[in-house]
This record gives sequence, structure tokens and C-alpha cells, in this order.
Amino acid sequence: MTGRIIRIAGPVVEADRMRGALMYEVVHVGGGALIGEVIGLSEDVATIQVYEDTTGLAPGEPVERTGAPLSVELGPGLLGMVYDGIQRPLQVIREEMGVFIVRGASFPALDRKRTYIFTPEAAPGAAATPGTVIGTVQEGRFTHSVLIPHGMEGTIASVAGAGEYTVTEEIATILSTDGKELPVTMLRRWPVRVTRPVAEKLKPGAPLITGQRVIDSFFPIVKGGTAAVPGPFGAGKTVVQHQLAKWSDADIIVYVGCGERGNELADVLRQFPALTDPKSGEPLMERTVLIGNTSNMPVAAREASVYTGITIAEYYRDMGYDVALMADSTSRWAEAMREISGRLEEMPGEHGYPAYLASRLACFYERAGHVRVLGPSGKAGSVSVIGAVSPPGGDFSEPVTQNTLRVVRVFWALDADLAHERHFPAVNWLTSYSLYPDAVERWWNEHVGDQWGEMRRSMMAILQKESELEEIVQLVGPDVLPEDDKLSLHIAEYIRESFLVQYAFDPVDTFCAPDKQYMMMQLITDYACYGKAAVAGGMQVSVIAALSVAKRLLRLGAIPDADFREYFEETERRMKDAFQNPGGEST
Amino acid sequence: MTSPAREYTSVVRVAGPLMAVSGVGDATYGEVVEIRLPDGEKRMGEVLESRSDLAIVQVFGGTQALDTEITSVRFTGYPMRMVVSPDIIGRVFDGSGAPTDGGGPVIPGTVMDIAGSAVNPTARAYPEDCIETGISAIDGMNTLVRGQKLPIFSGAGLPHSMLAAQIARQARVLRDHEEFAIVFGAMGITNEDAQFFLDEFGDTGALEHAVLFINRADDPAIERIITPRLALTTAEYLAFDRGMHVLVILQDITSYCEALREVSAARDEVPARRGYPGYMYTDLASIFERAGRIYGRDGSITQLPIISMPDDDITHPVPDLTGYITEGQIVLSRDLHRRGIYPPIDVLPSLSRLMAGGIGENKTRKDHGAVSDQLYAAYAKGRRLESLVTVIGDEGLSESDRRYLTFATRFEREYIGQGRAGGRTITESLDAAWDLLSLFPEEELNRIPTDLIETYRGGESE
Repeated sequence: MTGRIIRIAGPVVEADRMRGALMYEVVHVGGGALIGEVIGLSEDVATIQVYEDTTGLAPGEPVERTGAPLSVELGPGLLGMVYDGIQRPLQVIREEMGVFIVRGASFPALDRKRTYIFTPEAAPGAAATPGTVIGTVQEGRFTHSVLIPHGMEGTIASVAGAGEYTVTEEIATILSTDGKELPVTMLRRWPVRVTRPVAEKLKPGAPLITGQRVIDSFFPIVKGGTAAVPGPFGAGKTVVQHQLAKWSDADIIVYVGCGERGNELADVLRQFPALTDPKSGEPLMERTVLIGNTSNMPVAAREASVYTGITIAEYYRDMGYDVALMADSTSRWAEAMREISGRLEEMPGEHGYPAYLASRLACFYERAGHVRVLGPSGKAGSVSVIGAVSPPGGDFSEPVTQNTLRVVRVFWALDADLAHERHFPAVNWLTSYSLYPDAVERWWNEHVGDQWGEMRRSMMAILQKESELEEIVQLVGPDVLPEDDKLSLHIAEYIRESFLVQYAFDPVDTFCAPDKQYMMMQLITDYACYGKAAVAGGMQVSVIAALSVAKRLLRLGAIPDADFREYFEETERRMKDAFQNPGGEST
Repeated sequence: MTSPAREYTSVVRVAGPLMAVSGVGDATYGEVVEIRLPDGEKRMGEVLESRSDLAIVQVFGGTQALDTEITSVRFTGYPMRMVVSPDIIGRVFDGSGAPTDGGGPVIPGTVMDIAGSAVNPTARAYPEDCIETGISAIDGMNTLVRGQKLPIFSGAGLPHSMLAAQIARQARVLRDHEEFAIVFGAMGITNEDAQFFLDEFGDTGALEHAVLFINRADDPAIERIITPRLALTTAEYLAFDRGMHVLVILQDITSYCEALREVSAARDEVPARRGYPGYMYTDLASIFERAGRIYGRDGSITQLPIISMPDDDITHPVPDLTGYITEGQIVLSRDLHRRGIYPPIDVLPSLSRLMAGGIGENKTRKDHGAVSDQLYAAYAKGRRLESLVTVIGDEGLSESDRRYLTFATRFEREYIGQGRAGGRTITESLDAAWDLLSLFPEEELNRIPTDLIETYRGGESE
């Protein structure tokens, strides 16, 4: 089981005497036992991508096989952790080895000493199928179901009594169909590149409420949906991802910082423990798993990080939770693939990316979904995936953006010009799209109000109209437009400035609840309606714009949720008065 | 890594900046080699690829005058290292770390690996101490904080050197008088530029706090691959071992990337965009990510890299990849420069990602963020109207539109174009902003909360 290094070139190492090694098997490379993965085989030579810096390796050093593919540890204790791309616990590494990352660090992902209070649920003698709940432990505020692992089938022979157990202690034994006694622990491993199975994929369900108006009301995503956020640098991809990680109403968040900045991760670590989940009131960190493989960390581990993240997401989904995964940025992942591919001297496809780029992206996004989980519980769970894309030069025609758009169903196009004006979130309302509004409209009708779809369409139509009128204005100037077109421009400005602009750093505006979003839409569409009637009756747009009630539609985002209904009703009343009696408006 | 030094004379191939040495079975990846040329000259190199029978070495001094017969290569068994000590401050070196100030070698102190190690992201302290540079376009709208990496995107003929030197001269942290140092790493800059910095640092007394590594335009191009790493290793030593606040100026990253491309091309690697290697993002990150602060250590590293954009093209791979790694960018504009505005900072594409954490109540002033947003919104609108006016004339404009035009003009001339002399405090920058914003009626200041308008409008400070 030992090979020998014959070539080292950056993160790629070749070793001979490796006959019998498996594709994607994990190996330990060199005297320092650096972690690597077999990515090519030819006769007895294996090509290995190494997840750590290879400086100092020499030909002739040993390569030890492990016989297992790259896997992650799954079990209670994942929440609140910060891992690198191959699930090494960064906080533990810092405590044990200091502030700089040292090569060859090897610590278990899950704490072996910590105990959890186990409550048995299954009885001996019961049928054991994958997904059956053996018992539960409490992980923070979450009930963590301990399920029968995939691949085990038979009857439950014994279940441990209620009590405290570590993740490696036996909590049940299964008598398999071929008569073997199989021990079960809370800890299990799963190969990251393999999709965890489900009973069936379901239709998209409820919206993933994010508290971001341009997303929830204009380009919604559902629980189990997929979205891409492409944008040039500085357009706010990371802020959008952070906002979703903070405020979206998923149960559990897996945040993958893939080849991004170290300070961004430091920012998350600074903010999340202090922020509370709007759904539960508990610290956000308790529902979050962070995977951080920053840009200066080894490139091969960056390639693995998105798989590590999605496997953890699937694990919690299998208990029936709604999980949302943010990957920032998938372009760095694709570039890591390109870098490794280049070192393998593979024939490049477009822009030097390997020819399998499209299929890898598709396979990754297909791991999202709203599903019925395995096992007798028949629960539904979901994994939503939101991937940031960093197109070179902000050019969306490049391969990563284009191949991503072929598989995702929501597209939030970030726009450099909007960012320059500090219109944030800089989601371009003309080029972005969502394929979920029909599914989502039912939810709004049932839970918030039945005008949502109509108001959304009319607001988007006004913005569309604005862009057409802008072209005319560019040619002939604004003063020749008829009054009703001027009104469209005026309303469009309110939609943009009052509704679409949302301040991520404002403590109130950072999260906008659905009913507040709905009332804001109603104020603006009602204003547009009154305005239209008034213009038809001969009123000038400049007169409408000067009404004092118009000013009440500014800065809506900053009004606290608790006061908003009152503000809304008062504004509606004044709007009615003002338009019925324009001369006698009271302020 | 413990293999002792070994010497070979088996150079079998020399091509571009690379040479291949055969019969070396145990060269370690990244190992430093010393090359002795037929005429006795010594050069340094680094192992880029190691095989059972062959090592491929990049030669930092260039490969001219190497041969395949007499040239001998000594494998040292160590990765590239440098010696640092407190005495390094005030010294001037060439691009490969040899002293050029006649002061002899650095007195032995600590030996450090120049590649550095990645900081564990959980050990990073989030940068939130605002640095006052005295430049309104930066302080008011793109605030620099300690531990940030904020590049200057410039072009040929623009005054980026002057701006960088001015920042180095004026930068100070509010309410703080801690030890600071400047590390200057120059890659492929002209003699004149180098002289400018030497004079500038000499005249202002900054040289006493500075360490300079200068690779000039006529020095070997491959040496540029190590220059920034020498500079940053020095900075890390000063910051994290000696507790100093270090400002690192790196000029010019584009020359560095060209050296990287040269090596990549010599190795027949598959190129990504414009011939630059596919790993350039990772490589640049290994430089830029060496900025920051660390929990439990007093010092910090703030980076101010200068990138000259070929043809002023911000989508060129070098500025593009840089922008994805750094925490914002300051973009210089040829148009403003032509109109005599100094510093010619185009604020619209400029950005400081760490601004929000460094400003506001108890740090700078409560209205800082909102004022900045409002300046951006108003200036963007003014610029849009300017381009409209060039097509249709200004007859059709409303009174409100005219205010935006006036604002944009005055903003460029008074706020951005503050001139070369001296700086403004942050309070002065904010007051100057309110001066301009008072052109607008209150309801058009829709990015500023009403209470802040009441407090600050009219230019009075706290």
C-alpha cells in the first residue's frame, strides 16, 4: 500500500508503485503525511492532487494509501464549526498549532470527547432501513436525528439506553439481512463526491424568505431551489451571500467561502455570534456551518470545499431540515479545477477550463432540491444552493457564468453601474430572472395578501417602461415626454429608491419581513394608481411629486416593522385625501 | 527538507528563465539553488518541478551566460529564506534582497521563509481602525482601514507614485501614536520612479521608518517574483514579531504578473486569459492575503499595491483578478487628470470594502456612511446628466437636474480636486461634503436619515 513520489509540480504529485490504487482514493503524501487524492491512474503511476502546500517534498518520499475516498465526518457537533476545504477544524488548529496554518495538521472534524444526551426512539426488533430514526440528541436548539446509515438493512438488534454518549460510542447494533451484527455510532463518514440518496425529489415548495426585497418580491427563490449571483468585483456578491446567510428562513446554513478573502470569513465570525436568527431568536452561529478555504490556502482543498459543504447540507436535510448553502465563489472552484487540469496537461476547453466544467457544475447544483427523505418518516427536507460567480472583467459570456445559468433557476445579475451609484443590492431588475414566481405566488396569496403577483408584475412593467423611456430621453430630452410617461419615470424612481434599494448595514432595513414588503409594494402601487387617475384628470406630475404625502414614501425601509402598519395606514389615508383634494392637503 | 547541500554540473537545457538539471533525484519542490556561472558569477534559483531524474529551476538573475558544461548548481536543501532583524529598518535593497545602500548585510536575526504561511482565517482580527490619509476621496468615500489591502488602479502617465507617497507621508490613525513602518517593494519601476521614492522618503524623514526593495526596469525580470515576497516577509516580521503598524506599497503588480507569465510560457503551460497562467489568481492571493491583523498580535499590515492598467482597461486580467482579491480599489482617471484635478480619483468605480467597519459613531462620525452614499448617488446622477447634456443640450433640464450638474462639477473641483498641498482631516472632508450637499433640498437627500440631516446640514460639526 506504499508508493513512491516520482514528480512534484505545485499541487500535483505523481507516484509510482501505485498499482491497485482507486480513483479519488485519499493518500498521505511524503514524510509529513500531507493529504492528497488520486485523480489519475496510468499503469502503476498515480497522479495525486495534494490538499496542502507541497514545498519541501522530494522524489523518493513515500505515498501511503488509505483505501477510502475523500470523506467527511457527519454527526452532532457540526453546527457552529469552522472547517477548511477538507473539513479540518480551523478553530482547533488555531488552538493547537497557532495563528499560521501548519502543514500536515490532522485533527478530527468532530470532537471525540464531547458527549450528547441520547434519547432512544427505535425499539429492538424493529425493521432497520436507511433513514430510520434510532434516536435523537439535542444539538443546540436542533433535534439531531440519528438515522440508520445508508447501506445498512435488517433489524435493530439493540439500542442504547437514554444517557450521555460521545460520537464514537456505540448507540445501536443492527442485525443485517445476511446475519452480521453491525455497530452504529453517531459518527459516520460519507464520500463528498457522492450525492446522498433520497426517496424522491418533490416539486418546489415554499419560498425561501430572505428579507431582501429585490429577491423575495421580484426574483424569489424557493426552498430547494438554485440561484446564481454573478457580478464583477465590487458589485456586492459577498454582501448578498452574507445577507442570505444571516436572514434567510432556512433552518440550517452552510456557508462555503471558496477561495475568497480571509477578512470576509473574519467578518462572518465577528458578526454571526452576535446576531440573532429572526426565526428562533438564537445566535446565528448556532445554525451555521462555515467552510473557509481562503484564496491563499491550498488550491486543491478549494476544489474539495464545495463538496464538503454540500455533503454536510445533505446530511441535515436527511433529518427533514431546510438547509441553504451559499458558495462564494463557484468561479474560484472552477479555477481550481482549471489549475489542476492544467497541471495534468489535459486538453483545455473554453478559456482554458477543462472540458468537464459544465458537467461538474451541473452535478453540483443537482444536489440541491426539495425532497422526501429516505426512511419511514417520509419527511420533506430541502437543500437550496446559492452560488456566487465571479466572471472575469464582469463579462457574463464566460464559461462559468454560462454553464451555471444552464442549470440554475434564479439569476440575480449584479450590475457594476448600480454598485457605482451605491444602489445596493445591485441586482439588475431588467436582466435578472426567477423561474419560481408561480410557485411562490400561491404562498404569498395564502400567507400575506392576494395582490402580490399583480403588484409585482405592474412594478416590473413600470421599470421596463422606464428603460424604454430612458432611451427616448437620451435622444430628445425629458421635457417632450407626455405627462403619463413622466409619471412612469417618477414612479420608477420610487420603486428603485424606496423599494429596491435596501441597506444591508442599517439595523432595521437589513431584514424586511414579507408583510412589510407587501405593504411597501401596496403604497407604491396605490400611489401610482392615484397618480395615473390624477394625470388623466389634468394634473401635472410636478404637482404630484410636490405633494407632501409623496415624501412619506421615501426611506420606508428604515421604519421598524412594529410601527410599519400604523405608518402604512396613515400614509394610505393621507394619500387618499391628498389626491381627492390636492389644494387642501394637510401636512 | 533535511537533505544536505548537493552540487551538480549536469545542466541539460536552458530556455527562457528556466534550466533543467539532470541526475538530481531528490530536489525538493521550492528548494533554493545557487548557480555558479562559467565566469564565476553567482545567481539564485528555485526548483519549480522535481522528478526522479530531473529538476526544473527558475533562475532569478536571468539565464544569460549560463552554459550546459561548466555551470554548476548547488541545491541548498532549503526553501527561499531571508534574514530579518530590527536593524533592517532604514535600509535599501535590490529586488533580490542584496543591500544597495552600502551598509553591508543585515545583522543576523531571525531567518524567515519568504513564501510565508497562510493565516488561519479564524485567527484574523477584523480590520476596523480607520486610517486618515488626508485625501477626501479616500477618507470620505473609500475609507482605508488598518490591515486592509487597497490597490491603486492607475495607468501610464498618471500620478499614482505621487499619490502613494502622499498617503505614506500623511497616513495616521485617529487617536493613536503607535510605532509604524513603511515597506516599499518595487518591481520593474523606472530609475526615475525609484529616485522619486528615495528622495521623497529621504526629504520627509520617512526613510528612518522605511525598508525599500527595488527591482528596476532594467534588472532581471524573474527577480520580480521574489521582490514582493521579500517585502512582505519583512512586513510580517515588523508587524507580527515587532508589533509595528506597517504600510506596504508594492509597485507595479503588472510587472510582477508579466514575470509570472514569462515563467509560465517557458514551461509551456496552458494559458488562461491573455497568456497569463491559470494559477495567477492563487499566486496573487498569496501576496495580497498577507495583509491583515491577527488576534493577540499588536501590529498590522496594510497593503497599497499599485497596478498599472494596460490601456486603462479595468477588465485586463491583472486589475481584474486583483479586484477580486483585494478589499476594494482606488481608481485613477485619465479624464480628471487631463482636467488638472489632483488627486484624479474616479470615485464611482472606487470602493473600500472594509469602510463600513471603520467608520461611524465612536470611530469617525455618525453621518459618515450616509454622507458617502449620498455623494455617490448624487455624483452618479450628475455624471449621467452630463452625458445627456452633451447630446441634447441643457434647455430641457429641470431645475433639479441643473442642481445635479452644478453639484457634479463642484464635487470634482472642490471635493476630489483638493490639490497637492497638505491634507484634510476626516471631519474637514465630511464638512466639505455637507457644503456641497446643501445645494439640494432635504427631500432629495434620500440616502441620509432625517435626524442626521438636521444635525449636520449646514456644515457644522459635532
